Amino acid sequence: MQVLVFVKRVVDHNVKVRVRADGTGVDTAGLKMSMNPFDEVAVEQAVRLRQAGVAGRVTVVACGPAVTQDVLRTALAMGADHAILLDPGAGSGEGPALIEALAALVQREGADLVLCGKQAIDDDLGDTVPMLAARLDWPQALSVNRLERTGDGLTVDCDGDLGLEQWQLPLPAVLGVDLRLCDPRAISLPNMMKAKKATITTVALAELAQGADAAALAPRFAVTGCATPPARAPGQRVDSLPQLLERLRQLPALNAGA
Amino acid sequence: MSTLVIAEHDGTQLDVATLGLLGAARQLGEPVHLLVLGHGVVSVAAEAAMVDGVAQVWLADDAAWQSPSAESLARLIEALMPAHQTLIAAHRMLLRAALPRAAARLQAAYLSDVVGIESGRRFVRPMYAGSVLAQVQVQAERCLLTLRPAGFAPVAGTQAACPVSAAPVVAVDDRSRLAHRETLSSTRPDLSRARVVVAAGRGVGACEHMALVEQLADRLGGAVGASRAAVDAGFAPNAIQVGQTGKTVAPDVYLAFGISGAIQHLAGIKDAGVIVAVNKDPDAPIFSVADLGLVGDLFEALPALTTGLPAAA
Repeated sequence: MQVLVFVKRVVDHNVKVRVRADGTGVDTAGLKMSMNPFDEVAVEQAVRLRQAGVAGRVTVVACGPAVTQDVLRTALAMGADHAILLDPGAGSGEGPALIEALAALVQREGADLVLCGKQAIDDDLGDTVPMLAARLDWPQALSVNRLERTGDGLTVDCDGDLGLEQWQLPLPAVLGVDLRLCDPRAISLPNMMKAKKATITTVALAELAQGADAAALAPRFAVTGCATPPARAPGQRVDSLPQLLERLRQLPALNAGA
Repeated sequence: MSTLVIAEHDGTQLDVATLGLLGAARQLGEPVHLLVLGHGVVSVAAEAAMVDGVAQVWLADDAAWQSPSAESLARLIEALMPAHQTLIAAHRMLLRAALPRAAARLQAAYLSDVVGIESGRRFVRPMYAGSVLAQVQVQAERCLLTLRPAGFAPVAGTQAACPVSAAPVVAVDDRSRLAHRETLSSTRPDLSRARVVVAAGRGVGACEHMALVEQLADRLGGAVGASRAAVDAGFAPNAIQVGQTGKTVAPDVYLAFGISGAIQHLAGIKDAGVIVAVNKDPDAPIFSVADLGLVGDLFEALPALTTGLPAAA
Protein backbone atom coordinates (compact mmCIF):
# COMPACT_ATOMS: atom_id res chain seq x y z
CA MET A 1 0.00 0.00 0.00
CA GLN A 2 1.47 3.39 -0.98
CA VAL A 3 0.29 6.37 1.00
CA LEU A 4 0.06 9.99 -0.10
CA VAL A 5 -0.57 12.66 2.51
CA PHE A 6 -1.69 16.15 1.52
CA VAL A 7 -0.78 18.85 4.03
CA LYS A 8 -1.59 22.53 4.22
CA ARG A 9 0.47 25.38 5.65
CA VAL A 10 -1.85 27.51 7.77
CA VAL A 11 -1.75 30.21 10.43
CA ASP A 12 -0.79 28.44 13.67
CA HIS A 13 -3.82 27.44 15.71
CA ASN A 14 -2.67 29.47 18.71
CA VAL A 15 -2.45 32.70 16.76
CA LYS A 16 -5.34 35.15 16.67
CA VAL A 17 -5.86 36.44 13.13
CA ARG A 18 -6.86 39.98 12.35
CA VAL A 19 -8.96 41.30 9.52
CA ARG A 20 -7.30 44.00 7.41
CA ALA A 21 -8.65 47.48 8.06
CA ASP A 22 -9.93 47.76 4.49
CA GLY A 23 -11.88 44.53 4.91
CA THR A 24 -10.28 42.83 1.93
CA GLY A 25 -8.97 39.85 3.84
CA VAL A 26 -6.97 38.52 6.73
CA ASP A 27 -3.52 39.92 7.41
CA THR A 28 -1.15 36.94 7.76
CA ALA A 29 2.12 38.85 7.34
CA GLY A 30 4.53 38.00 10.14
CA LEU A 31 2.20 35.47 11.72
CA LYS A 32 3.53 32.08 12.80
CA MET A 33 2.60 29.42 10.24
CA SER A 34 2.43 25.68 10.87
CA MET A 35 1.23 22.46 9.36
CA ASN A 36 -2.55 22.21 9.71
CA PRO A 37 -2.94 20.19 12.95
CA PHE A 38 -5.28 17.67 11.31
CA ASP A 39 -2.74 17.10 8.52
CA GLU A 40 -0.02 16.51 11.11
CA VAL A 41 -2.13 13.64 12.45
CA ALA A 42 -2.46 12.30 8.89
CA VAL A 43 1.35 12.34 8.46
CA GLU A 44 1.80 10.55 11.79
CA GLN A 45 -0.74 7.87 10.85
CA ALA A 46 0.93 7.32 7.48
CA VAL A 47 4.35 6.93 9.07
CA ARG A 48 2.95 4.46 11.62
CA LEU A 49 1.44 2.41 8.79
CA ARG A 50 4.84 2.23 7.12
CA GLN A 51 6.63 1.39 10.37
CA ALA A 52 4.11 -1.41 10.98
CA GLY A 53 4.90 -2.80 7.54
CA VAL A 54 1.37 -2.10 6.31
CA ALA A 55 2.36 0.69 3.92
CA GLY A 56 5.35 0.75 1.61
CA ARG A 57 6.13 4.41 1.10
CA VAL A 58 4.81 7.70 2.45
CA THR A 59 4.78 10.67 0.08
CA VAL A 60 3.79 14.04 1.48
CA VAL A 61 2.52 16.87 -0.72
CA ALA A 62 1.84 20.55 -0.12
CA CYS A 63 0.86 23.40 -2.42
CA GLY A 64 2.18 26.94 -2.17
CA PRO A 65 5.18 29.22 -2.71
CA ALA A 66 8.70 28.08 -1.81
CA VAL A 67 8.26 28.97 1.88
CA THR A 68 5.73 26.09 2.09
CA GLN A 69 8.71 23.73 2.15
CA ASP A 70 8.96 24.21 5.91
CA VAL A 71 5.87 22.05 6.56
CA LEU A 72 7.15 19.44 4.11
CA ARG A 73 10.44 19.28 6.05
CA THR A 74 8.46 18.82 9.27
CA ALA A 75 6.70 15.86 7.64
CA LEU A 76 10.03 14.42 6.48
CA ALA A 77 11.40 14.81 10.00
CA MET A 78 8.36 12.86 11.26
CA GLY A 79 9.31 10.02 8.93
CA ALA A 80 7.74 10.67 5.53
CA ASP A 81 9.90 9.21 2.75
CA HIS A 82 9.44 11.71 0.00
CA ALA A 83 8.12 15.29 -0.29
CA ILE A 84 6.64 17.12 -3.26
CA LEU A 85 5.87 20.82 -3.46
CA LEU A 86 3.18 21.86 -5.90
CA ASP A 87 3.95 25.32 -7.24
CA PRO A 88 0.71 27.20 -7.92
CA GLY A 89 2.44 29.80 -10.09
CA ALA A 90 0.13 32.78 -10.44
CA GLY A 91 -2.90 30.88 -9.16
CA SER A 92 -4.22 30.60 -5.62
CA GLY A 93 -3.23 26.98 -5.20
CA GLU A 94 -6.74 26.11 -4.08
CA GLY A 95 -9.94 24.96 -5.71
CA PRO A 96 -10.47 22.73 -8.74
CA ALA A 97 -6.94 23.22 -10.14
CA LEU A 98 -5.47 21.88 -6.89
CA ILE A 99 -7.83 18.90 -6.88
CA GLU A 100 -6.97 18.12 -10.50
CA ALA A 101 -3.24 18.32 -9.77
CA LEU A 102 -3.55 16.13 -6.65
CA ALA A 103 -5.52 13.53 -8.59
CA ALA A 104 -2.84 13.47 -11.29
CA LEU A 105 -0.11 13.19 -8.65
CA VAL A 106 -1.91 10.35 -6.85
CA GLN A 107 -2.04 8.42 -10.08
CA ARG A 108 1.53 9.27 -11.04
CA GLU A 109 2.84 8.16 -7.62
CA GLY A 110 0.75 5.00 -7.65
CA ALA A 111 -0.77 5.82 -4.26
CA ASP A 112 -3.73 3.78 -3.14
CA LEU A 113 -4.43 5.53 0.14
CA VAL A 114 -4.68 9.30 0.48
CA LEU A 115 -4.70 10.71 4.00
CA CYS A 116 -5.51 14.31 4.76
CA GLY A 117 -6.83 16.28 7.71
CA LYS A 118 -10.62 16.44 7.78
CA GLN A 119 -10.58 20.25 7.63
CA ALA A 120 -8.10 23.09 7.40
CA ILE A 121 -8.26 25.43 10.39
CA ASP A 122 -8.11 28.52 8.20
CA ASP A 123 -11.06 28.04 5.88
CA ASP A 124 -12.85 25.29 7.88
CA LEU A 125 -14.35 24.09 4.57
CA GLY A 126 -13.58 20.38 4.82
CA ASP A 127 -13.92 20.01 1.05
CA THR A 128 -10.53 18.65 -0.07
CA VAL A 129 -11.11 15.01 0.87
CA PRO A 130 -14.60 14.62 -0.68
CA MET A 131 -13.62 16.55 -3.80
CA LEU A 132 -10.44 14.56 -4.38
CA ALA A 133 -12.33 11.33 -3.71
CA ALA A 134 -14.96 12.39 -6.27
CA ARG A 135 -12.32 13.28 -8.86
CA LEU A 136 -10.62 9.90 -8.40
CA ASP A 137 -13.99 8.15 -8.01
CA TRP A 138 -12.69 6.48 -4.86
CA PRO A 139 -14.59 5.77 -1.61
CA GLN A 140 -14.12 8.33 1.14
CA ALA A 141 -14.42 8.51 4.94
CA LEU A 142 -14.44 11.68 7.03
CA SER A 143 -13.58 12.41 10.64
CA VAL A 144 -11.74 9.12 10.96
CA ASN A 145 -10.60 8.48 14.52
CA ARG A 146 -9.52 4.85 14.19
CA LEU A 147 -8.02 3.01 11.24
CA GLU A 148 -7.15 -0.63 10.71
CA ARG A 149 -6.07 -2.59 7.68
CA THR A 150 -8.44 -5.53 7.35
CA GLY A 151 -8.11 -8.00 4.51
CA ASP A 152 -7.77 -6.11 1.25
CA GLY A 153 -9.35 -2.95 2.60
CA LEU A 154 -9.71 -0.78 5.68
CA THR A 155 -11.97 -0.64 8.72
CA VAL A 156 -12.44 2.89 10.03
CA ASP A 157 -14.31 4.48 12.91
CA CYS A 158 -15.80 7.85 11.98
CA ASP A 159 -17.85 10.48 13.74
CA GLY A 160 -21.36 10.35 12.32
CA ASP A 161 -24.40 12.48 13.04
CA LEU A 162 -25.80 10.11 15.64
CA GLY A 163 -22.56 8.79 17.09
CA LEU A 164 -19.63 6.63 16.14
CA GLU A 165 -19.89 4.73 12.86
CA GLN A 166 -17.70 1.87 11.73
CA TRP A 167 -17.23 1.53 7.98
CA GLN A 168 -15.42 -0.99 5.86
CA LEU A 169 -13.95 0.39 2.66
CA PRO A 170 -11.97 -1.18 -0.12
CA LEU A 171 -8.72 0.34 -1.30
CA PRO A 172 -7.99 2.67 -2.97
CA ALA A 173 -9.63 5.30 -0.76
CA VAL A 174 -9.35 8.90 0.51
CA LEU A 175 -9.64 9.54 4.26
CA GLY A 176 -10.12 12.77 6.21
CA VAL A 177 -8.68 12.28 9.69
CA ASP A 178 -9.72 13.70 13.03
CA LEU A 179 -7.29 14.72 15.79
CA ARG A 180 -8.22 11.64 17.80
CA LEU A 181 -6.74 9.22 15.27
CA CYS A 182 -3.28 9.41 16.82
CA ASP A 183 -0.87 11.81 18.52
CA PRO A 184 1.84 13.23 16.26
CA ARG A 185 5.33 12.37 17.48
CA ALA A 186 7.77 14.95 18.74
CA ILE A 187 10.49 15.58 16.17
CA SER A 188 14.05 14.81 17.18
CA LEU A 189 16.76 17.33 16.36
CA PRO A 190 18.81 14.86 14.28
CA ASN A 191 15.71 14.11 12.19
CA MET A 192 15.03 17.80 11.68
CA MET A 193 18.63 18.40 10.61
CA LYS A 194 18.38 15.56 8.09
CA ALA A 195 15.07 16.91 6.82
CA LYS A 196 16.61 20.36 6.28
CA LYS A 197 19.06 18.79 3.84
CA ALA A 198 16.53 16.58 2.05
CA THR A 199 15.61 17.22 -1.56
CA ILE A 200 12.07 18.34 -2.16
CA THR A 201 10.72 17.85 -5.66
CA THR A 202 8.87 20.87 -7.02
CA VAL A 203 6.20 20.38 -9.67
CA ALA A 204 4.17 23.12 -11.33
CA LEU A 205 0.46 22.79 -10.56
CA ALA A 206 -0.35 23.86 -14.11
CA GLU A 207 1.74 21.04 -15.54
CA LEU A 208 -0.15 18.39 -13.54
CA ALA A 209 -3.56 19.90 -14.24
CA GLN A 210 -3.05 20.41 -17.96
CA GLY A 211 -5.25 17.47 -18.94
CA ALA A 212 -8.46 19.22 -17.93
CA ASP A 213 -10.04 22.14 -19.79
CA ALA A 214 -9.75 25.68 -18.46
CA ALA A 215 -13.43 25.98 -17.54
CA ALA A 216 -13.21 22.91 -15.31
CA LEU A 217 -10.21 24.37 -13.48
CA ALA A 218 -11.57 27.89 -12.94
CA PRO A 219 -12.15 28.85 -9.30
CA ARG A 220 -15.78 28.37 -8.31
CA PHE A 221 -15.93 31.10 -5.69
CA ALA A 222 -13.88 34.01 -4.39
CA VAL A 223 -13.62 35.61 -0.97
CA THR A 224 -14.50 39.24 -1.62
CA GLY A 225 -14.34 40.61 1.89
CA CYS A 226 -13.65 39.79 5.51
CA ALA A 227 -15.07 41.22 8.70
CA THR A 228 -14.81 40.63 12.39
CA PRO A 229 -18.05 39.14 13.65
CA PRO A 230 -20.13 41.40 15.89
CA ALA A 231 -19.26 40.79 19.52
CA ARG A 232 -21.95 39.58 21.86
CA ALA A 233 -23.22 42.29 24.18
CA PRO A 234 -21.16 42.25 27.38
CA GLY A 235 -22.56 39.95 30.01
CA GLN A 236 -22.82 40.24 33.75
CA ARG A 237 -20.92 38.62 36.55
CA VAL A 238 -22.90 37.51 39.53
CA ASP A 239 -21.17 37.32 42.89
CA SER A 240 -22.76 34.25 44.36
CA LEU A 241 -24.57 31.05 43.64
CA PRO A 242 -27.89 32.32 45.07
CA GLN A 243 -27.63 35.33 42.75
CA LEU A 244 -26.99 33.05 39.79
CA LEU A 245 -30.01 30.96 40.70
CA GLU A 246 -32.17 34.04 40.95
CA ARG A 247 -31.07 35.28 37.50
CA LEU A 248 -31.51 31.85 35.93
CA ARG A 249 -35.04 31.50 37.31
CA GLN A 250 -35.95 34.63 35.35
CA LEU A 251 -34.99 33.11 32.01
CA PRO A 252 -38.09 32.13 30.02
CA ALA A 253 -36.39 29.05 28.61
CA LEU A 254 -35.79 27.63 32.07
CA ASN A 255 -39.27 28.39 33.31
CA ALA A 256 -41.14 25.24 32.52
CA GLY A 257 -44.31 26.36 34.12
CA ALA A 258 -44.40 29.77 32.46
CA MET B 1 -33.71 28.53 -11.82
CA SER B 2 -34.87 26.92 -8.57
CA THR B 3 -33.46 26.09 -5.17
CA LEU B 4 -33.43 22.51 -3.92
CA VAL B 5 -33.54 21.93 -0.15
CA ILE B 6 -32.81 18.60 1.52
CA ALA B 7 -35.45 18.03 4.20
CA GLU B 8 -34.54 17.04 7.75
CA HIS B 9 -36.93 14.52 9.29
CA ASP B 10 -37.03 11.56 11.69
CA GLY B 11 -38.77 9.14 9.37
CA THR B 12 -42.20 10.12 10.61
CA GLN B 13 -42.43 13.88 10.40
CA LEU B 14 -40.45 16.91 9.28
CA ASP B 15 -37.97 18.37 11.72
CA VAL B 16 -38.23 22.05 12.64
CA ALA B 17 -34.76 22.45 11.08
CA THR B 18 -36.41 22.03 7.66
CA LEU B 19 -38.34 25.24 8.26
CA GLY B 20 -35.08 27.11 8.86
CA LEU B 21 -33.57 25.64 5.68
CA LEU B 22 -36.67 26.70 3.74
CA GLY B 23 -36.42 30.15 5.29
CA ALA B 24 -32.90 30.44 3.92
CA ALA B 25 -34.04 29.14 0.52
CA ARG B 26 -36.80 31.73 0.40
CA GLN B 27 -34.17 34.49 0.68
CA LEU B 28 -32.80 33.41 -2.69
CA GLY B 29 -36.07 34.35 -4.35
CA GLU B 30 -36.32 31.35 -6.65
CA PRO B 31 -38.96 28.57 -6.63
CA VAL B 32 -38.18 26.15 -3.82
CA HIS B 33 -38.14 22.38 -4.20
CA LEU B 34 -37.79 19.97 -1.27
CA LEU B 35 -36.09 16.56 -1.36
CA VAL B 36 -37.39 13.97 1.10
CA LEU B 37 -35.28 10.84 1.30
CA GLY B 38 -35.57 7.80 3.50
CA HIS B 39 -37.51 4.55 3.70
CA GLY B 40 -41.25 4.53 4.29
CA VAL B 41 -41.42 8.34 4.22
CA VAL B 42 -44.42 8.94 1.95
CA SER B 43 -46.20 10.68 4.84
CA VAL B 44 -43.20 12.98 5.39
CA ALA B 45 -43.37 13.94 1.72
CA ALA B 46 -47.11 14.62 2.04
CA GLU B 47 -46.43 16.87 5.03
CA ALA B 48 -43.63 18.60 3.12
CA ALA B 49 -45.95 19.33 0.19
CA MET B 50 -48.14 21.41 2.49
CA VAL B 51 -45.39 23.65 3.90
CA ASP B 52 -45.95 27.19 2.71
CA GLY B 53 -43.76 28.16 -0.24
CA VAL B 54 -42.71 24.70 -1.42
CA ALA B 55 -43.33 24.43 -5.17
CA GLN B 56 -42.41 20.75 -5.63
CA VAL B 57 -41.45 17.80 -3.43
CA TRP B 58 -39.06 15.13 -4.70
CA LEU B 59 -39.37 11.79 -2.95
CA ALA B 60 -36.58 9.20 -2.81
CA ASP B 61 -38.14 6.35 -0.88
CA ASP B 62 -36.10 3.17 -0.75
CA ALA B 63 -34.32 0.96 1.78
CA ALA B 64 -31.09 2.33 0.31
CA TRP B 65 -31.92 5.81 1.64
CA GLN B 66 -32.44 4.72 5.24
CA SER B 67 -28.72 5.06 6.08
CA PRO B 68 -27.00 6.10 2.87
CA SER B 69 -23.29 6.48 2.42
CA ALA B 70 -22.03 9.92 1.40
CA GLU B 71 -21.04 8.41 -1.94
CA SER B 72 -24.60 7.22 -2.68
CA LEU B 73 -26.15 10.51 -1.60
CA ALA B 74 -23.68 12.38 -3.80
CA ARG B 75 -24.96 10.35 -6.79
CA LEU B 76 -28.56 11.33 -6.05
CA ILE B 77 -27.62 14.99 -5.72
CA GLU B 78 -25.67 14.79 -8.97
CA ALA B 79 -28.78 13.43 -10.71
CA LEU B 80 -31.08 16.12 -9.29
CA MET B 81 -28.93 19.22 -9.49
CA PRO B 82 -28.82 20.03 -13.19
CA ALA B 83 -32.43 21.17 -12.77
CA HIS B 84 -31.58 23.60 -9.94
CA GLN B 85 -29.18 26.46 -9.33
CA THR B 86 -28.67 26.12 -5.59
CA LEU B 87 -28.81 23.25 -3.11
CA ILE B 88 -29.32 23.97 0.60
CA ALA B 89 -28.79 21.36 3.31
CA ALA B 90 -28.14 21.27 7.06
CA HIS B 91 -24.55 21.56 8.26
CA ARG B 92 -24.11 18.02 9.56
CA MET B 93 -21.70 15.16 8.96
CA LEU B 94 -23.43 13.17 6.20
CA LEU B 95 -24.24 16.29 4.18
CA ARG B 96 -20.78 17.80 4.73
CA ALA B 97 -19.42 14.60 3.21
CA ALA B 98 -21.89 14.24 0.33
CA LEU B 99 -22.29 17.82 -0.91
CA PRO B 100 -18.63 18.56 -1.73
CA ARG B 101 -18.35 15.17 -3.46
CA ALA B 102 -21.36 16.03 -5.62
CA ALA B 103 -20.10 19.59 -6.16
CA ALA B 104 -16.81 18.29 -7.57
CA ARG B 105 -18.64 16.14 -10.11
CA LEU B 106 -21.06 18.97 -11.00
CA GLN B 107 -18.28 21.60 -11.21
CA ALA B 108 -20.38 23.52 -8.72
CA ALA B 109 -19.23 25.70 -5.83
CA TYR B 110 -19.41 24.19 -2.36
CA LEU B 111 -19.66 26.41 0.71
CA SER B 112 -20.03 24.99 4.20
CA ASP B 113 -21.56 26.58 7.29
CA VAL B 114 -23.14 29.54 5.51
CA VAL B 115 -24.44 31.98 8.10
CA GLY B 116 -25.72 34.76 5.87
CA ILE B 117 -27.24 35.18 2.43
CA GLU B 118 -26.59 38.52 0.72
CA SER B 119 -27.87 37.55 -2.71
CA GLY B 120 -28.36 34.48 -4.88
CA ARG B 121 -24.62 34.44 -5.48
CA ARG B 122 -23.11 36.10 -2.39
CA PHE B 123 -22.90 34.39 0.96
CA VAL B 124 -21.28 34.86 4.36
CA ARG B 125 -19.47 32.07 6.16
CA PRO B 126 -17.10 31.89 9.13
CA MET B 127 -13.37 31.19 8.83
CA TYR B 128 -10.58 30.75 11.38
CA ALA B 129 -12.85 29.04 13.92
CA GLY B 130 -15.45 31.77 13.56
CA SER B 131 -13.11 34.64 14.38
CA VAL B 132 -13.55 35.99 10.84
CA LEU B 133 -16.67 36.34 8.70
CA ALA B 134 -15.93 36.00 5.00
CA GLN B 135 -18.08 37.35 2.21
CA VAL B 136 -17.94 34.90 -0.67
CA GLN B 137 -18.96 35.46 -4.29
CA VAL B 138 -19.95 32.33 -6.20
CA GLN B 139 -18.48 32.19 -9.72
CA ALA B 140 -19.65 28.74 -10.81
CA GLU B 141 -23.06 28.30 -12.37
CA ARG B 142 -24.36 26.26 -9.43
CA CYS B 143 -23.66 26.16 -5.71
CA LEU B 144 -24.21 23.65 -2.96
CA LEU B 145 -24.42 25.01 0.58
CA THR B 146 -24.58 23.68 4.10
CA LEU B 147 -25.90 25.98 6.77
CA ARG B 148 -27.09 26.00 10.38
CA PRO B 149 -30.91 25.95 10.20
CA ALA B 150 -31.28 27.74 13.54
CA GLY B 151 -29.53 30.78 12.11
CA PHE B 152 -32.30 31.54 9.62
CA ALA B 153 -35.88 32.73 10.17
CA PRO B 154 -38.06 29.65 9.67
CA VAL B 155 -41.01 29.56 7.28
CA ALA B 156 -44.41 29.13 8.86
CA GLY B 157 -47.84 28.34 7.56
CA THR B 158 -49.33 25.80 5.22
CA GLN B 159 -50.55 25.68 1.65
CA ALA B 160 -52.60 23.40 -0.52
CA ALA B 161 -50.35 20.44 -1.29
CA CYS B 162 -47.90 20.96 -4.15
CA PRO B 163 -46.98 18.04 -6.43
CA VAL B 164 -44.93 15.16 -5.05
CA SER B 165 -42.83 13.33 -7.64
CA ALA B 166 -40.37 10.50 -7.53
CA ALA B 167 -36.72 11.55 -7.49
CA PRO B 168 -34.54 9.95 -10.18
CA VAL B 169 -33.43 6.45 -9.34
CA VAL B 170 -29.66 6.18 -9.02
CA ALA B 171 -27.41 3.21 -8.43
CA VAL B 172 -26.25 2.97 -4.82
CA ASP B 173 -22.48 3.20 -4.29
CA ASP B 174 -21.96 0.15 -2.12
CA ARG B 175 -18.18 -0.02 -2.12
CA SER B 176 -18.23 1.18 1.51
CA ARG B 177 -20.20 -0.85 4.00
CA LEU B 178 -21.57 0.40 7.32
CA ALA B 179 -20.56 -2.29 9.79
CA HIS B 180 -21.84 -0.71 12.97
CA ARG B 181 -23.35 2.50 14.30
CA GLU B 182 -23.49 3.59 17.94
CA THR B 183 -26.41 5.72 18.96
CA LEU B 184 -26.51 7.93 22.00
CA SER B 185 -29.25 7.72 24.59
CA SER B 186 -32.49 8.81 23.03
CA THR B 187 -34.07 9.95 26.28
CA ARG B 188 -32.41 13.35 26.02
CA PRO B 189 -33.05 15.78 23.14
CA ASP B 190 -30.63 15.80 20.21
CA LEU B 191 -27.71 18.12 20.96
CA SER B 192 -28.01 20.11 17.72
CA ARG B 193 -31.71 20.82 18.35
CA ALA B 194 -31.96 21.08 22.15
CA ARG B 195 -33.42 24.26 23.68
CA VAL B 196 -31.17 23.81 26.73
CA VAL B 197 -27.62 22.44 26.71
CA VAL B 198 -25.53 21.72 29.80
CA ALA B 199 -21.87 21.38 28.83
CA ALA B 200 -18.88 19.97 30.68
CA GLY B 201 -15.33 21.21 30.33
CA ARG B 202 -12.02 19.90 31.59
CA GLY B 203 -12.87 21.37 34.98
CA VAL B 204 -15.44 18.63 35.54
CA GLY B 205 -12.37 16.50 36.02
CA ALA B 206 -13.48 12.90 35.82
CA CYS B 207 -16.00 10.49 34.38
CA GLU B 208 -17.69 9.99 37.74
CA HIS B 209 -18.46 13.71 37.95
CA MET B 210 -20.34 13.73 34.64
CA ALA B 211 -23.34 12.43 36.56
CA LEU B 212 -23.69 15.90 38.12
CA VAL B 213 -23.81 17.45 34.64
CA GLU B 214 -26.29 14.85 33.42
CA GLN B 215 -28.54 15.40 36.42
CA LEU B 216 -28.80 19.12 35.69
CA ALA B 217 -29.47 18.42 32.01
CA ASP B 218 -32.25 16.00 32.95
CA ARG B 219 -33.74 18.45 35.44
CA LEU B 220 -33.90 21.10 32.71
CA GLY B 221 -34.97 18.71 29.94
CA GLY B 222 -31.80 19.51 28.06
CA ALA B 223 -28.96 17.82 26.20
CA VAL B 224 -25.42 17.19 27.47
CA GLY B 225 -22.46 18.67 25.61
CA ALA B 226 -18.73 18.77 26.20
CA SER B 227 -15.66 20.71 25.22
CA ARG B 228 -12.86 19.04 23.25
CA ALA B 229 -10.73 19.07 26.41
CA ALA B 230 -13.33 17.02 28.26
CA VAL B 231 -13.59 14.53 25.41
CA ASP B 232 -9.81 14.25 25.08
CA ALA B 233 -9.55 13.69 28.84
CA GLY B 234 -11.86 10.73 28.36
CA PHE B 235 -14.92 11.66 30.35
CA ALA B 236 -17.27 12.54 27.51
CA PRO B 237 -17.87 10.76 24.19
CA ASN B 238 -16.81 12.30 20.83
CA ALA B 239 -20.40 12.59 19.72
CA ILE B 240 -21.24 15.35 22.23
CA GLN B 241 -18.24 17.54 21.53
CA VAL B 242 -19.26 21.12 20.80
CA GLY B 243 -17.00 23.43 18.81
CA GLN B 244 -15.18 24.23 15.57
CA THR B 245 -14.55 20.60 14.77
CA GLY B 246 -17.52 19.09 16.62
CA LYS B 247 -21.20 19.92 16.83
CA THR B 248 -22.72 23.37 16.58
CA VAL B 249 -25.58 24.10 18.94
CA ALA B 250 -28.21 26.83 19.08
CA PRO B 251 -30.05 26.42 22.37
CA ASP B 252 -31.98 29.14 24.18
CA VAL B 253 -29.68 28.55 27.15
CA TYR B 254 -26.14 27.13 27.11
CA LEU B 255 -24.70 26.38 30.54
CA ALA B 256 -20.94 25.84 30.51
CA PHE B 257 -19.28 24.29 33.56
CA GLY B 258 -15.49 24.24 33.83
CA ILE B 259 -15.10 25.30 30.20
CA SER B 260 -12.34 27.82 29.59
CA GLY B 261 -13.84 29.15 26.37
CA ALA B 262 -11.17 28.60 23.72
CA ILE B 263 -12.11 30.20 20.41
CA GLN B 264 -12.53 26.75 18.88
CA HIS B 265 -15.26 25.99 21.43
CA LEU B 266 -16.99 29.35 21.05
CA ALA B 267 -17.29 28.65 17.30
CA GLY B 268 -19.86 26.00 18.17
CA ILE B 269 -22.08 28.13 20.38
CA LYS B 270 -22.38 31.42 18.52
CA ASP B 271 -26.13 30.95 17.97
CA ALA B 272 -26.88 30.25 21.64
CA GLY B 273 -29.46 32.60 23.19
CA VAL B 274 -28.08 32.99 26.69
CA ILE B 275 -24.63 31.72 27.62
CA VAL B 276 -24.10 30.95 31.30
CA ALA B 277 -20.63 30.11 32.60
CA VAL B 278 -19.32 28.77 35.88
CA ASN B 279 -15.54 28.52 36.14
CA LYS B 280 -13.14 28.93 39.03
CA ASP B 281 -10.73 30.93 36.85
CA PRO B 282 -11.79 34.60 36.73
CA ASP B 283 -9.70 35.12 33.60
CA ALA B 284 -11.26 32.30 31.61
CA PRO B 285 -12.12 33.60 28.11
CA ILE B 286 -15.63 32.13 28.42
CA PHE B 287 -16.53 35.09 30.63
CA SER B 288 -16.06 37.48 27.71
CA VAL B 289 -18.96 35.85 25.88
CA ALA B 290 -21.08 34.69 28.81
CA ASP B 291 -24.26 36.65 29.43
CA LEU B 292 -24.22 35.39 33.00
CA GLY B 293 -20.98 34.43 34.67
CA LEU B 294 -20.05 33.12 38.08
CA VAL B 295 -16.49 32.64 39.23
CA GLY B 296 -17.01 29.67 41.47
CA ASP B 297 -16.90 25.97 42.10
CA LEU B 298 -18.87 23.93 39.60
CA PHE B 299 -19.14 21.07 42.09
CA GLU B 300 -21.23 23.37 44.29
CA ALA B 301 -23.06 25.02 41.43
CA LEU B 302 -24.23 21.90 39.61
CA PRO B 303 -26.19 20.31 42.50
CA ALA B 304 -27.47 23.72 43.62
CA LEU B 305 -28.89 24.44 40.17
CA THR B 306 -30.31 20.95 39.88
CA THR B 307 -32.37 21.38 43.02
CA GLY B 308 -32.95 25.13 42.77
CA LEU B 309 -34.23 25.41 39.19
CA PRO B 310 -37.71 24.29 38.21
CA ALA B 311 -38.00 20.88 36.61
CA ALA B 312 -38.77 20.91 32.90
CA ALA B 313 -42.33 20.05 31.97
